[in-house]
Amino acid sequence: MIRLRKLAQAASLFTTPLAPEDFLALLNPIHSTRQLRGVVTRVEAETADSATIHFRPGRGWKAHEAGQWARIGVELDGVRHWRSYSLSAAAGEDPAITVTAVGAVSEALVRDTRPGDVLFLAPPQGDFTLPEHPRPLLMLTAGSGITPVMSMIRTLVPRRRDADVVLIHSARTPESSLFREELAELADQFPNLRLIQRFTATDGRLDLSTPAAVEAICPDWRQRAAYACGPDGFVGAAEALWQAEANGAGLSIERFDTTFAGGAGQDGGVVTFELSDREVEAPGDVPLMEVGEDAGLLVPSGCRMGICHSCLIPLRSGQVRDLRSGEVHGEPGELIQTCVSAAAGPVSLGL
Amino acid sequence: MTATANHPSTGTPHATTGAPGATSWVPATEAAPDAAAAGAAPAAVVPPAATSSARTRPGMLATEGRPLVRPPAAAHLSDEQVAEIGRELDAIRDAVLAKRGAADAAYIRRVIRAQRVLEIGGRAALLGSRNKVAWVAGTAMLSLAKILENMEIGHNVLHGQWDWMRDPDIHSSTWEWDFVTPARAWQHTHNDLHHRWTNVVGKDNDIGYNLLRMDPDQPWKPGNLGNPLYNAILAPLFEWGIAIYDLELEDFKKGRKSKEAMKSDLKALGLKAAKQFTKDYAATPAAAMLTGSGKQALVGTLTANAVRNLWAHAVIFCGHFPEGTDTFSEEMVEGETRGDWYVRQMIGSANISGSKAMHLMTGNLSHQIEHHLFPDLPSNRYAEVAPQVKDLCRRYGLPYTEGPLLKQVGSTWGKIFRLALPGGAKPARG
Ligand SMILES: Cc1cc2nc3c(=O)[nH]c(=O)nc-3n(C[C@H](O)[C@H](O)[C@H](O)COP(=O)(O)OP(=O)(O)OC[C@H]3O[C@@H](n4cnc5c(N)ncnc54)[C@H](O)[C@@H]3O)c2cc1C
Ligand code: FES
Repeated sequence: MIRLRKLAQAASLFTTPLAPEDFLALLNPIHSTRQLRGVVTRVEAETADSATIHFRPGRGWKAHEAGQWARIGVELDGVRHWRSYSLSAAAGEDPAITVTAVGAVSEALVRDTRPGDVLFLAPPQGDFTLPEHPRPLLMLTAGSGITPVMSMIRTLVPRRRDADVVLIHSARTPESSLFREELAELADQFPNLRLIQRFTATDGRLDLSTPAAVEAICPDWRQRAAYACGPDGFVGAAEALWQAEANGAGLSIERFDTTFAGGAGQDGGVVTFELSDREVEAPGDVPLMEVGEDAGLLVPSGCRMGICHSCLIPLRSGQVRDLRSGEVHGEPGELIQTCVSAAAGPVSLGL
Repeated sequence: MTATANHPSTGTPHATTGAPGATSWVPATEAAPDAAAAGAAPAAVVPPAATSSARTRPGMLATEGRPLVRPPAAAHLSDEQVAEIGRELDAIRDAVLAKRGAADAAYIRRVIRAQRVLEIGGRAALLGSRNKVAWVAGTAMLSLAKILENMEIGHNVLHGQWDWMRDPDIHSSTWEWDFVTPARAWQHTHNDLHHRWTNVVGKDNDIGYNLLRMDPDQPWKPGNLGNPLYNAILAPLFEWGIAIYDLELEDFKKGRKSKEAMKSDLKALGLKAAKQFTKDYAATPAAAMLTGSGKQALVGTLTANAVRNLWAHAVIFCGHFPEGTDTFSEEMVEGETRGDWYVRQMIGSANISGSKAMHLMTGNLSHQIEHHLFPDLPSNRYAEVAPQVKDLCRRYGLPYTEGPLLKQVGSTWGKIFRLALPGGAKPARG
């Protein structure tokens, strides 16, 4: 390894200002230490609108923990877009994501991905992961929110006889329910998994406004480490329930989307990206991250929904609006989350 | 949302989690993430700070109004006509933006790949350049590679023409080129100053690069007698000339550039120059010594750099100096509108006509007029825009200067000789 680095250093004398890897990339497209990439190895259709994409990551990737997510970069018409996807494969196995088509990027991933395609990647992150010590678990999932939990179940259920997992999964219909057969088989085969599938088109939604419904399915729910993942409304309801009943303790959540209602109908302003020397007129309901990206800047990003803080940029002047709450804030020097902040009047950023 | 970067108003940019600990529930095959990698956030690009700090940024140009004085070539236009020119050119730009996409991305990646293959091929051939054929092939390939790298790739990437792809490897804030002057320094004098103040005497130092008298409005000094000689020396050493020019010595002498800024620029240049020098004049020849071709390889790399310098010098001097291009006074930019800014770019620049290959080798600076109108449109699109711009100039009675390379080079040299002597005002336009 050390010798390799020496060799690379020597080689860079010949390649400066490029790096030796820029030339090696002529032969192997995923050979880059600057930009982590993966090659798609397999694509499996899950439902009419979703697919699981298996990939072999290049150097720099870290094996994921069950429940973690990774940023995936895709090129749509020549432009790089980044989105977060939970890794649905069991820990210890080659990574895979399971994507449901709901918009431009997910649509392209589900419909147009073929083995051999190159995905841009960032190493897995996130702390929506299994508890450190064995505990009975309760999983509440809805829609595509099953993906990180699927990784946990695949990791745990077949390999740990002492596991005790109750999964309540909601999907609209059986046809649109992800991993339906695999889950049923696992529940059949392993007594440590109890599966409650709920199809909201016929059964109605799981009522989380009171403990009654959860209690009826899982009487010892209070003793379990609970996980909730799904659309914003679903996760919010679970959060409120645990807040009311258990002071918020014992529940881990993961959100896949968030409502940006706070910026609706608000005025924006001119955004100045000081270090990049760019000025852009921005509406009051568009995250500064998107404003910068549309101007061609490389804006640091992560989850794109206000949970990971990978996107902090110092505010130089002006104020921003939090798109989740509508709150206007900002002091010079304050680090702001560009993915959930929009311009509230003229804004200057240290980017 | 409208991105206004690099539009009439301003230049291009200066520049560019942790997982919890091991869980006892996961299979032993999965190692606990180590801190170093868990913290890696590859997308966090920290663009370098601006080289010369507190320069004021111009606001957006107005769409209505008029400058104190309109340049003679545009004096016949009414304010409304100039505003209409602005709107038409904006529309041309928007039409390209709407089409820009995967095909353009594939184009620049193709050029970059070809350039790298040429460069490797060239250097490999030079390793055995005791053999004459290898020398000629190696030197030719390396010259070609260097020209492509500087012109179609480097110049244009550093303009931000490919920033829209959001590929950090092909981005104006991260790119460094095979040219002595550091990319950031050049971006400042070129994108911020030259493109903004194109041909404004007293503001655009690209007029003669502080070395040559290139405009009759520049006062004559006896030293200007050396004009042709200086230019002949500058051409083969062009990259060094640009490197020194980018230091903005004049600004430093007049106290407009701080000592710290000067120091850090000098350091950046020193570092870059050392690396460039080592690559071309030490590492490559040293490796070639293994086959007894050290001397030949050295001559080969020197030749390649000189060829690139001569070519770049010729192309760039054809951009603004041939007969027919205008220079401007400071009153002409005072109160300049967006339309006037466009007009100045058109009548201050000149195109080179020629084949597709020629356009590629000039980095599409043969479409200097289109490049100055739309410095951040991808270079592969200038060719399709050119006929529209030419037609617009015809309709509004504006000059659209173009000519074959040799004619334009001759015209530029003619000017250099003429302005070596006092006076030398342009012949009146017909
Ligand atoms: C930590 C994390 C993990 C995630 N894991 C997964 C995953 O495993 N599988 C997966 O398919 N997606 C996952 N997502 C969501 C994913 O990142 C994208 O937001 C989603 O694919 C939509 O992107 P898009 O570009 O296709 O749609 P956009 O064009 O960005 O949005 C289209 C519309 O879809 C809505 N929308 C966004 N996400 C969802 C959603 N999940 N369900 C319903 N509507 C939505 C948006 O509000 C918008 O109105 C995850 C997100 C986060 C933050
Ligand atoms: S990108 Fe995760 S908080 Fe902004």
